[in-house]
This record gives sequence, structure tokens and C-alpha cells, in this order.
Amino acid sequence: MSSVSPAAAPARRSGPGLFRRLVRHPLGGVSMLILAVVVLIGALAPWLAPFDPSATDLRMILAEPGPEYLLGGDAAGRDILSRLLVATAFSLAGGLLVMAVAVTVGLTSGLIAGYYGGFIDAAGAWFTALTMSLPSIIVLIAARSVMGPSMWWTMAIFGLFISPVYYRVVYTSVRSVRNELYVDAARTSGLGDARIIGRHVLLAVRAPVILLMSGVIAAGIGMQAGFDFLGLGDPTTPTWGQMLNEGFYNINRSSNLVLWPALVLGLTTIALTLLGTALRDELEGTGDKRHKAASPWALDGEVAPLLDHGDAPAGEALLTVRDLAVAYPAADGYATVVKGARLTVRRGETHGLIGESGSGKTQTAFAILGLLPQGGKVMAGSVEFDGEELVGRSDAQMNRLRGSRIAYVPQEPMSNLDPSFTVGHQLTEPLVKVLGMKKGAAKERALSLLAKVGIPDPQRAFDSYPHQLSGGMAQRVLIAGAVSSHPDLLIADEPTTALDVTVQAEVLDLLRDLQEELGMAILIVTHNFGVVADICDRVTVMQKGVMVETGATRAVFEGPRHEYTRALFAAIPQGAPRAPLPGVASAGSLGAGALR
Amino acid sequence: MLSFVSRRLATGVGLIATLAVLTFFFLQFGVSDVAQRIAGQQAGPDAVAVVEERIGVDRPVLVQFADWASSALTGDLGRSWFSGQEVTEAVMSRMAVTVSLAVGSVVLTAIIGITLGALAATRRGWADRAVQFLAVLGQAIPGFLLAMALVLVFAINLDWFPATGYTRPSDDLGAWALSITLPVVALTVGSIGGVAQQVRGSMIDAFERDYVRTLRSRGLPRRSIVFQHVLRNAAGPALTVLGLQFVILLGGAVIVETLFSIPGLGPLALNATSQGDIPVVMGIVVVTGVIVVLVNTLVDVVQAWVNPKVRLS
Repeated sequence: MSSVSPAAAPARRSGPGLFRRLVRHPLGGVSMLILAVVVLIGALAPWLAPFDPSATDLRMILAEPGPEYLLGGDAAGRDILSRLLVATAFSLAGGLLVMAVAVTVGLTSGLIAGYYGGFIDAAGAWFTALTMSLPSIIVLIAARSVMGPSMWWTMAIFGLFISPVYYRVVYTSVRSVRNELYVDAARTSGLGDARIIGRHVLLAVRAPVILLMSGVIAAGIGMQAGFDFLGLGDPTTPTWGQMLNEGFYNINRSSNLVLWPALVLGLTTIALTLLGTALRDELEGTGDKRHKAASPWALDGEVAPLLDHGDAPAGEALLTVRDLAVAYPAADGYATVVKGARLTVRRGETHGLIGESGSGKTQTAFAILGLLPQGGKVMAGSVEFDGEELVGRSDAQMNRLRGSRIAYVPQEPMSNLDPSFTVGHQLTEPLVKVLGMKKGAAKERALSLLAKVGIPDPQRAFDSYPHQLSGGMAQRVLIAGAVSSHPDLLIADEPTTALDVTVQAEVLDLLRDLQEELGMAILIVTHNFGVVADICDRVTVMQKGVMVETGATRAVFEGPRHEYTRALFAAIPQGAPRAPLPGVASAGSLGAGALR
Repeated sequence: MLSFVSRRLATGVGLIATLAVLTFFFLQFGVSDVAQRIAGQQAGPDAVAVVEERIGVDRPVLVQFADWASSALTGDLGRSWFSGQEVTEAVMSRMAVTVSLAVGSVVLTAIIGITLGALAATRRGWADRAVQFLAVLGQAIPGFLLAMALVLVFAINLDWFPATGYTRPSDDLGAWALSITLPVVALTVGSIGGVAQQVRGSMIDAFERDYVRTLRSRGLPRRSIVFQHVLRNAAGPALTVLGLQFVILLGGAVIVETLFSIPGLGPLALNATSQGDIPVVMGIVVVTGVIVVLVNTLVDVVQAWVNPKVRLS
């Protein structure tokens, strides 16, 4: 097996699976076949070569391919085929030497620097910076003036020069592993450093080290070919670069000389690079796996009926979701995350959508907005907003509703503001581009909104970048942005979860005030009964992708019908929650010691 | 900001000093017979001694270095041992040619690489696969091999461009453009791939960010999200790659210049090292180091301008 391919041999160590998977990978299989042939030729070159690669024959100078010299003769009357075979051996050996030096130096220093830090760490960083401040070819040329034209020295120095590639990868992996709990555990249980490095740390750097191998070999071969192409090579070790040099400067006399080495060199570096891509796909699972569902999507199993308290007021339905199903492509078919979403939000009401994490609440919200993450798709059901069907609409069609009639407040305030733009820019951009306001008017509106959501110094917030705001401030900014268009429906996805307890209450108060003022409907996604009790008129309970119970908040709290709803109540630490007082809900003291 | 830049420059000066010291003492191993070569093989010991005294290698190495360093600080890099030409002048005039090749390639790389990367990230599907394949291919083929193919096809067979030689832009702008087209293309092809892949990766990454969803929820058209928000956030990593590419392109230029007989740094470096012309080699190393440090600092400054977090902290 040692004669397969330079990168395949070490790759096999990481388990029998990888090699087989590589062969099956479309790029991996082909490139490994090419490399196998090239390596075989290189390894057997001394026996395969029909002539002494440096024996000259005056009769054969620039000879055409013929029975004696199968690929013809070069400018000195040497057999091109023999030279090509021997050059293959030397070129590959050079590439492997580069890789060996780079791995040895980079891995060792990276391990030591990453594990112990200190002096080696500083020296490593310094050496890395040094190698990046000078093109390597200049170093190699300078080294040649000292070492002479030795291919081995040149390649060893190049290996040293690109060892920081390994150093940095190993260093970062070791740094992150070093602080892992299991390494701490190993250390406290008395394992020596050598054992820890061998057992835990090496395991962590194995994949990236293998991953870089084929690229480093390709870089070594390419650099050596370029170096020798400049005529700097050692004539006693013929390489592809030297043959190209001779061929290129005799191009007017014969184009034969260039063809073969160019072909072999090009094929080898391409195969190595493609092998690197295949390795990355297999080791990191980044492959472009085009999803072919084994079977078309189908809803598996019955969807449980919705227990409706039947106490809905006669108000006009603004949003009606019927039997909505959302699925993502998975290894074998589909993963259906929402199976039967059923929901009605009336004008002006605050509707709570409650369920534990992973129950599909957020996915339902994204599906309504038409903002499902990559891969997610609405498979069945309908979403009707103010009489219009939203499922199947294009992005552009959805944009006629989003940001004007339907708005969204996200869960995590900091990651939902673009770090590269000021708050003011992010607030005014949609006002100008979507609502068609003038810049000055948009700025005025934004400032008054910031004041309205309770930001003490609106102008300062307007000029700030997101990282200069606190989480609570950022959430207020996002709410200001969401309500800036006076929407009919505001979808708030866990708007208080990421905030401090005191800030949570303020944000809920703010939502309530805004609702009273603007008369919009709010669909609030939450896992917190306190939030529901605090501000929701009605509530729908979701379990494992299905809505199981819906009704007026008070009715559901007083007489939960579904066992899951009862289980949720039972899980609240203080015991069963008290029903909220009628009227403006602010008396909920349930889950809600958490709130006030 | 000012202290940020000066800190970067100070590190750079330290790097260049290290570079100079290492190179100088490393090169000492190769100069044993340089005086003999300058004087000629037939020259007797007396003549060689005269040469040794003239170029100063008869003094202790440390004295030589101190001497070199103190005049280098004033901008005087000495004279070539072989041609007697002033090193500062020789390196600078040739560096101008090499840097113009590298800058041309970086600009071309940036334009094409960012366009292709953005295309791959926004269209996905077959466009994505095509860009990725081309990127890998471009990186895989050694630059000089491509340069050679370009010469064979476009200069020798089709005769559209001059195969070798260089016209100064001050002499004839059109001829200059023609003379650097093939070298710049040869240099650029290899570096486009890296930039395109980086732009693609960081744009796809940016697409998945929460703030993109929130911007979409506010009804902003996809086009303005891509061109303003996603591209702006992907710009940082792309800039870093472009900065690295510049150093790689400087190195590539050495080979490509030799191939196209362009009087840049490459041929000078080859000549000087094969002769053991230490002052010239030192000059090349130091001036290259200075340029790289300047470019890296420039990249950092632009980085800070793009990323408010860096700028304001």
C-alpha cells in the first residue's frame, strides 16, 4: 500500500473508513488514481528507464519520437522518456521532503508552543511573521548562493519556510483542546503531559494535519519546478522544472520537450489539489452533497387533534395558519420539524405561542415570515394573512408585506444587528428603501422611535455601533425597527429570553404599551408561562411540531385540557401557577417571580 | 488609530531588522571565494587582497555588519561588488517594475476574485460548483507553467503580445500595457482562486447570520442586503487574503519576470545571488521586507476602516 499515493498512506491511519470514502468521492477517486500512477512511475523509474537519463547521443539531438527514443531526444541528445521517469522520482521526492520537514517542524513546535506557551510561543509567532514578510523564492535563491544548487537543501529550507502553515493550525487546535474539560480531567487524574499530548491533543490535530498534506506537497512540487525552471537546479538531479527550462528555451527548435513534463507536472499538482478538496469534504463533511431524497416528503403518523377551548371572540382573524408542515432535507429523506401548526391571531390581540425548545415554535414563526433557514421548506398547509395566501410566495412578493405590515423582533439582540453599520443606518435604511421616506424624515422618525422605546439619549444611540450598546438597549432598538412601519402583525420570537430579569419586564411593558398605542396584533413565541400570563390574551401550546391546545389565556391556565399543557404547568418550580387576574394582565406572579 | 498604526509599524521595523541580521550572517557562509571571482580566476593573491580590501571583506564580520547597518539607516545600501552600481538605486528602479506587476495582479485578482466569490455565494447551484472548480484548478497549476503556456499560445503562435521584453510606461504607454499583459494574467490566475473562495465562504457565512434575517424581515430587497451588508461584513477576511496574496505575487513575479525577460527584481536577485553579491542581496531582502510591512500595515488600516469594532477599540 505504500506505493499508492503520498497523501493516501498517512490518511489511512485515521481509520479504514476514510480511505474507502476518498476512493468513492468523485474527485478523490480520480485524483488518487492519477497520483498512484505517478508515484508508481517515480518509484520504479530506475528499472523502467530504457537509457541512462544523462547519457548524451549526438545523433539523437532533438530527435523526433521513434523506435529508439520513444518520446524523442532533447537538445543534448538525451532520451526524453528516461529523463522524464527519473525526473518524476526526484520531483516527488522533493515534494515529500517539503512535507516531511513542514510537518515535523510545524507539528512539534505547534504542540510545544500550544501546550506550554511561553518562550516557544513567542518565538513561533515571530518566526511565522518573519516567513510571511518575504516571498519564499527570494529566500531559496539566497540560500542557494550559500548551500549550492542542492535540491535537497532547497526543498528542506522551503519546508521550514512553510512549516508555519502547520504551526498555526496545530497551535490553535492545541490551544482550544488544552482548555477542554476532559484535558483538565486527565491532568487532575495524574496523567503526565506526554500521555495527555499523545492521547488527547494529537487526536485533535490529526484531521487538520492530514488535510494540509496534499496541499503542502503540491506547493513543494510547484516551488521546486519553478525554482529549477529558473535554471537554479542541480543538473545531477533532473526534475520536471529542469526539463521545462530546457524545453522552453529550445521552443523554437522543438515543442516536443515542453509537452511531457508540463503535462505530468500539471496533472500531478491538479490531482494533489483535488485530493486535498476531497480530503476536506470527507474529514470536515463540507462536501457539496446534493440532496436526493430517498422518498418524497410525507407526513408520518397522525397529527393529534387540537383541543380548542372554543372561547374565541368574534374578532376578525388577521393570521390563520392551517396544518402547516415544515421540513429540512436529512440524510435519508426529510426531517419534519413542524407537522401540524394551527393558529389564529385576531386583529389587535396578543397571542402567545408556547412550548419547550425544539417544539417548532420558532420554525413556525420563520415559516409565517417566509424566512426559514437554508434548506427549510413549507411542505404542506397554508398561511393566510388578511385574506392573502403567503405559502408559495416569492421573496419579492413577501417583501411587500414584510417590514410594512408584518414585523419581527428576534430573540438574541446582539447578533441581530449588523456590526458594521450604525444603529441609525439600520433603522433608517428600511424606512427609505421600503417605505420610500426621505432621508431627513426617516431620521426624524427613527429618533422619535428610539425615544418612544425608552432609550434615554436617542441621538447617541442613533450614532452608535451595535457593540457599543447593552443587550437591553439593542433589543429596544430592534423593537423600534420592527414597529417603525406601524405593522398589523408583530411576530416576537422569545423577545425577552436573552435579557436580564429586570430588563425583561421593561421590554414586556414596552410591547404592551406599543400594542395599545398602535393597535397591532402580536404573536409572541416563548417558553415562559410568566410571559404568557403577563401580556397574552390568548395562548396556543405546541408540542413536537404540533399545536395541541388553544384558548383564552385564563381558560387554559384554569383548566388545561391536554396532558402536555398540564405537564408544562407542573414543571414550573412554584407549583401550579395561579390564573392571571382579569383585565390588564400584570398580576401574574407565576413562573414570574422570574419577571418582577 | 494613530497608536494602532505606529504599533504595527514598530513590529514591522523589528521584523525587518531580524531579517537583515539573519540574512547577513547566513550569507557569510557563501562568500569565501568572492574576491577571487571578482578579481578573476587568473588573479594572484595580491590582486585578490586588493579586491578584498576594496569591498571590505577583510574586516571582521561584525564590523562589516555594523558598517552596512549604519549606512542602511541613512538609506544608503552600499554598492554592488561586481558592477559598482549603487544598490539603493538599482533595487528601487527594479522594485518599481516588480511592484507594478504585483499591484496590477492584486487589483485584477480583487476585481475578478470578489466578483466570482460573490456570484458563487449568491447563486449557489452550478455557478457555485463552476467557480469552486475553477478556483481549485487555478491554484493547482504552478504559475510559471501557465505563464509558459500563455507565451506559447498568445505570443508565439498567435503573436498578439510580445513574448519577452519590457517597455517603460514613460516610453510608450500602449507598448507597456502589451508587455505586461501576459505576465499580469499569469500571476493573477493563481491568486484569484484563493480570494474567490474566501469571499464565497465569508459571504455564505454572513448570509446565515441573524442580522441578515432581521434585515430581510424588514422588507429590504435581497440585492441591497447582499451588496451593502453581506459584502461589507465579508470584506475583512477578503482583505487579509489579498494582503497575503500580495507577498505571494511578489514571489511569483520573480519567476515570471525571468520568463518574460522583464527587468524587475527577479533577474537582479538571480544574478546577485549566483555571484554572491552580498550588498545587492541584502538590498533586495530589506527593500522587499519594507514593502511587505507597508502593505500589511495598509491592510490593517483598511481593515480598521471596514470594521468599526477594530476602529473604535
